[in-house]
Amino acid sequence: MNGVFKRTYSYWFLLPAGIIYLLIFLTPTISSFFFSFTRWDLSDWQYIGFENFRMFFREQSLAIGFRNTLIYAVVTSSLKVVLGLLLGVLLTSKLRSKHFLRSIIFFPTLVSTIAIGIAFSMMMHPTEGLINSALSVVGITGPDWLGNPKLALLSVAFVDVWKGVGIALVIYIAGILSIPEDYYEALQIDGGTGWNKFWSIIVPLSRPATHSVIILSFIGGLRSFDLIWTMTKGGPGFTTDLIASIIYKQYQGGFYGLATAGNVILFLVVAALAVPLNLYMNRKEVDL
Amino acid sequence: MNTMTKMKPGLTLLSVILLAGALSACGGNDGNEEKSSASPSQSETAEGTADAKEVTITLSTDNSQDAVNTANAYIAAFEKKYPNIKVELETRPGGTEGDNIVKTRLATGDMTDVFFYNSGSLMQALTPEKNMVDLTNEAFQQNVIDSFKSTVSYNGKVYGAPTASTMAGGWFYNKKVYADLGLQVPKTWAELIANSEKIKEAGMTPVIGSYKDTWTSQLVVLADYYNVQAQVPSFAEDFTAHKATNAGTPAMLRAFEKLQELHDKGLMNKDLLATTYDVGLKMLAEGKGVQYPMLSFATPAILQNYPDQIENLGFFAQPGDDASSNGLTVWMPGAAYIYKESKHVEEAKQFVAFVASVEGTEVASTVSKPTGPYLIKGASIPDDVPSLVKDMLPYFDNNQTAPALEFVSPVKGPSLEQITVEVGSGIKDAKKGAEAYDQDVEKQAKQLGLSGW
Repeated sequence: MNGVFKRTYSYWFLLPAGIIYLLIFLTPTISSFFFSFTRWDLSDWQYIGFENFRMFFREQSLAIGFRNTLIYAVVTSSLKVVLGLLLGVLLTSKLRSKHFLRSIIFFPTLVSTIAIGIAFSMMMHPTEGLINSALSVVGITGPDWLGNPKLALLSVAFVDVWKGVGIALVIYIAGILSIPEDYYEALQIDGGTGWNKFWSIIVPLSRPATHSVIILSFIGGLRSFDLIWTMTKGGPGFTTDLIASIIYKQYQGGFYGLATAGNVILFLVVAALAVPLNLYMNRKEVDL
Repeated sequence: MNTMTKMKPGLTLLSVILLAGALSACGGNDGNEEKSSASPSQSETAEGTADAKEVTITLSTDNSQDAVNTANAYIAAFEKKYPNIKVELETRPGGTEGDNIVKTRLATGDMTDVFFYNSGSLMQALTPEKNMVDLTNEAFQQNVIDSFKSTVSYNGKVYGAPTASTMAGGWFYNKKVYADLGLQVPKTWAELIANSEKIKEAGMTPVIGSYKDTWTSQLVVLADYYNVQAQVPSFAEDFTAHKATNAGTPAMLRAFEKLQELHDKGLMNKDLLATTYDVGLKMLAEGKGVQYPMLSFATPAILQNYPDQIENLGFFAQPGDDASSNGLTVWMPGAAYIYKESKHVEEAKQFVAFVASVEGTEVASTVSKPTGPYLIKGASIPDDVPSLVKDMLPYFDNNQTAPALEFVSPVKGPSLEQITVEVGSGIKDAKKGAEAYDQDVEKQAKQLGLSGW
């Protein structure tokens, strides 16, 4: 009781933010749970129970999104971790051009995803694209990067990594620079090698950075949409469809209830994967 | 949606104030106008029609070159005839993206007064009763040929009028290459394949695939409908009632098999998944590709971009397995609809009546050459249409045409284009593709609330 009376600010100060939160976050979230159980055309709805969810899991062209999304998220986030860490080590060393290189690697992050998608899909054209033209100069016949169903998803994931590794790099640079010098001195006294420095100091002590990168890029990968839509529109066929692009296509088709159900599923999937991942990694964190 | 309008009290208050300001400003203006029209001193600018109040109506069409040209031509001629009505054109993307925009604008009460949109199954998906003005008893409907009316009708009421000529789905081909290789227009599918093999031996691409624009992949399946209905006349009805499926009807499955055969025999360009519709047209015009399964609505684009090559091109219906029943699958043009909440229904009706008149077709044909007969009684095709359009006319004259499935059944799945990409590029076989499509249409049928699904 005392605590309440001694507060500097009254609870009324929370009201504006609370109303905004209620109206534009909570209401849509709750209503989307409701509409996912309906057949809905934006004005009329009809309650149909779990039918939308059943359809989402049963239809092959919808279910393929789960597998693809998981592959995409795992591939992009693991590549961003590995490349981000290696580049971070390189660009915190006593390299002369490191500031210039940092800018170069960070630059793609600043470019619009749509522009990157269009540029890369032109470069990845099987016969006239820059990549395969360059490969043919050295006598290699490049594959159809975006047309080959086995390759297309990985091609887009590669572009995602190219675009996003700059963020991972920045986080790693901050993480590595915050490691106190004492550890390196101790290593020197013990006569450790460069490999020891990397494996026994940098990797474990930049774990907070690793966790941020994993969480950010994993969630980003799970809900990724813009890049895949500009590059392949989920094609060829359905081979690069992610949950988000499938949901978008259901909206386009006018299946608002079904699409909302997809969003609810996506929400649950992201939560089910990200929350335990976060808990697990928090437990593993080491104090500096 | 409600939450959007209720967003923030502050904003609401602000917008109420602004709105009130705007309204009072309007009122003020109205007063001024009345005053000025009443005062004789300022009447020098007014002409004979000055007492007719000027009204602006809005029109929405898709943003393809041809659609915009046609809409602008209609508007220019209409405004000349009715100087007191101004028409403002708004464009929207084509394809499923455009469908989404139209549906959303209708649902949120923000549609243009008149909108040009597809007839057939796509129109059925717009809940016409709620969103469109009933045009059944308008005088101009007497000009419209009956076969069109059913494609813009819902529960016995007619909601639209045609905005263009009919189109056909079939095969463009290069007549010059055909002559050089001594080929004949195929009357059966086997002949088409034999021709294609010969073209392949001669080192050219026999069949153009432009699957980067996924919608183009559907043509082989959709243009086969003449052959389907020739074998199974009740298919559309049974399909709508969920008594027949694509995979379970051999004639329909055959359409998917034809597409698979094109892939299996390697008759399409290798980079078809990276080829766009525009590039496909270019390949056809330049003779790199010899045959292109496509809608005849590509004709104006070819005419505009490759005027020198257009006379080298011909058109034939997609052949079936039996030479004696050879006919053309016809696409009905889009229609003009009037938004039910429009504030200018009368003016909108005048505009639609103009579009659906012989005069309207003459205006349209000046900017967009017809790709088949018009659906307005008394309208004729100009003599200077490309010869490939003339290739189609015998089918119409001999009554060897059938409307495509989407005009006789409201059930069309949104993912057909992805499925046909899979079949045409070998990811799925015909049977699996047809089965996947059966699942896809189920969503549409349920959304429409059809009985039997």
